[in-house]
Amino acid sequence: MATTTVHRSARTRSDASAAGRVRAHSPYTNWFYLPAAVIYGVLFLVPTVIAFYFSLTRWSIFDSKFIGFDNYKTFFQEPALVSSLWHTLVYAVLTSGLKVVLGLGLAMLLTSQIIGRGYLRSVVFFPVLVSTIGVGLTFTVLMNPERGLINQSLDLVGISGPGWLTDPSLALISVGLVDVWKGVGLATLIYIAGIVSIPQEYFEAARVDGAGAWDNFRHIVLPLARPATVTVIILSLIGGLRSFDLIWAMTKGGPGFTSDVIASVIYKQYQAGFYGLSTAGNVVLFLVVTAIILPLSRFLNRKEVEL
Amino acid sequence: MRTRHIAITLLATASMALTACSAGSLGSSDDSGGDGKVTISFLYDNGSETAKIGDQLVKDFTAKNPNITIKTETRPQGTDGDNLIKTRLSTGDMSDVFMYNSGSLFQALAPEKNLAPLGDTENIGNLDKNFTTTVSSNGKIYGVPWGGFMAGAILYNKDVYAKLGLQIPKTWDDFMANNAQIKAGGVDPVIQTYGETWTSQLFILGDYANVNTADPQWAEKYTKNQAKYATTPAALAGFQHLQDVHDKGYENKDFASAKLTDGLRYLATGKGAQYPILSAMVSQLIADNPGSEDKVGLFPIPGTDAAQNKLTVWSPNGVYIPSSTTGAKLEAAKKFLAFIASTDGCNSQTTASTPTGPYAVKGCTVGDKVPQAVKDMQGFIDSGQSSLALEFLSPVKGPALEQICVEVGSGIRKADAAAKLYDEDVKKQAQQLGLEGW
Repeated sequence: MATTTVHRSARTRSDASAAGRVRAHSPYTNWFYLPAAVIYGVLFLVPTVIAFYFSLTRWSIFDSKFIGFDNYKTFFQEPALVSSLWHTLVYAVLTSGLKVVLGLGLAMLLTSQIIGRGYLRSVVFFPVLVSTIGVGLTFTVLMNPERGLINQSLDLVGISGPGWLTDPSLALISVGLVDVWKGVGLATLIYIAGIVSIPQEYFEAARVDGAGAWDNFRHIVLPLARPATVTVIILSLIGGLRSFDLIWAMTKGGPGFTSDVIASVIYKQYQAGFYGLSTAGNVVLFLVVTAIILPLSRFLNRKEVEL
Repeated sequence: MRTRHIAITLLATASMALTACSAGSLGSSDDSGGDGKVTISFLYDNGSETAKIGDQLVKDFTAKNPNITIKTETRPQGTDGDNLIKTRLSTGDMSDVFMYNSGSLFQALAPEKNLAPLGDTENIGNLDKNFTTTVSSNGKIYGVPWGGFMAGAILYNKDVYAKLGLQIPKTWDDFMANNAQIKAGGVDPVIQTYGETWTSQLFILGDYANVNTADPQWAEKYTKNQAKYATTPAALAGFQHLQDVHDKGYENKDFASAKLTDGLRYLATGKGAQYPILSAMVSQLIADNPGSEDKVGLFPIPGTDAAQNKLTVWSPNGVYIPSSTTGAKLEAAKKFLAFIASTDGCNSQTTASTPTGPYAVKGCTVGDKVPQAVKDMQGFIDSGQSSLALEFLSPVKGPALEQICVEVGSGIRKADAAAKLYDEDVKKQAQQLGLEGW
């Protein structure tokens, strides 16, 4: 088994390099890359390199002064940094975990024979299409502890609801739940595609062997929808790690600092006019995200080749 | 066929040329054509009372100067607004006239580089010295006052006080004793509104007069990194007060989500008894709750010494001209600023919105029909029982104070830890400004 894998992936690699050679001999000149390269360079590479320089300065928008690595020192000493790193991690894991579980459940439901399947599919997907800021502001109103619709409805059945966004221990989780509500449609879509692509023969064979619905799910859907699972996890983890807009629209990191994530800490430093410091923060964020995403995407690509 | 084709082309070209021409001439009359007409833009924040004052000033000024047209623009308040102002100044894209804070925030704009000095402008000599020092850099004046002086103090409902037979507290202990009685009377003693985070800072910022009483040199030492909130008992007291109020359960139940308008309503209707806030909010209080002008009074945030019961005063915001405004527009802008700094300008502002404190222009009066809170405030200023707030005496102000105060007032962080955290926060600002000793 191992040999096959090695053999197969080796062959894939040689295929890829063969494709590369063909491309090198293509009739089109490399100058065709130029327009894209200029745009990429001006809008991405140059600002990135300049950002590395400005992260070493005390920059007040009107002038800048070179101060070495002081910004990085200040950034790592930031009291909000440790808590915000933790919040970012909690948020990313919570949202991507829930999206996997709920997305898979909804996808199972929406690929089975139920009434109004097409309609339900669009209902589940609809929140993905709505602007994040709009969703955030709407839920801020709905989650108001005294006058919000959610707690007023809970009052009707005799439950006094918590301060969703004002209770320090709940605020981050509440925002995470809204993120899940908004993002689960995409996860469901990916799972539906994954489940639909499983050949019917497996289910037929399983039926002959006397398998029930649970066995179908456990031994056919779950392993064969694995590429979908990997995609959902990676996408929602990246989304969770760099999440900012929803948190800013709903709590601005509050109450106090209890729902601050790295991105909102950096944004607040920028708002306060500490441009050098916030640029240093962005460089750190860039490195952290790269350090997480590079191995992850390699992992993902290897899986794709094996499957 | 061919001639027709050419004709169409000609027609199209001609009409394009015509449109271009008319657009061009429109543009030039917009700027400063031969007829002496000038259009300038005027930027202020999006507070509800601000717009009324801004519109009235523009209306009264343009009535007298028909050749000048003023277009108004609004910006967000708070840190978003700070950012917008700095970005537009640094890109040379600022409106011809703009309204912004005086004091430490004004200093952060690098006025000598970005603003036009008003030395030769008419009426500048009429301005109160207490105000001009907060809009000056290296001896040059850059702004004229928008509105009047404000106080950071406690607004209180006089009906509640009368009903419970309470005296205005002169020390913090008196204040807490009052709170106990108010709570027993079924009224929320202290209104807090963390739905708008800036409102959380008053117990600290409005307490500065007491710090100043304890050590008149404190602001200077603080700027030089020789005094700290965490290690000065008088300064730490502000954070401690906020914690006390929360620990004793004296806040309104919805303090975490309530907004400024809610807080003002609670105060006006007697649902809450006392609201530490800027006195400038009195105009919104009255606009939102008609009839509350005589029901709400004001007293300074009490300290330890009843004999030294002083009020912390804020200098008015300024109206400035950026250095990117030149030529005929600069002339027009200076004329407009001279109008704002005249008695006519004060009258115009009084027409638009209830005055909330004495004007910084000599010869201007707030009139007889001022709200009770402003009368109370005037008493302290006239008798010299007042001190400017720290942000007008030192350029050092940390950006995270609002969040830290919300944490203390919500019981998330204790007072001494909060003071330490704020000292750290302030360090970044001082380093950014390049102050010595940090």
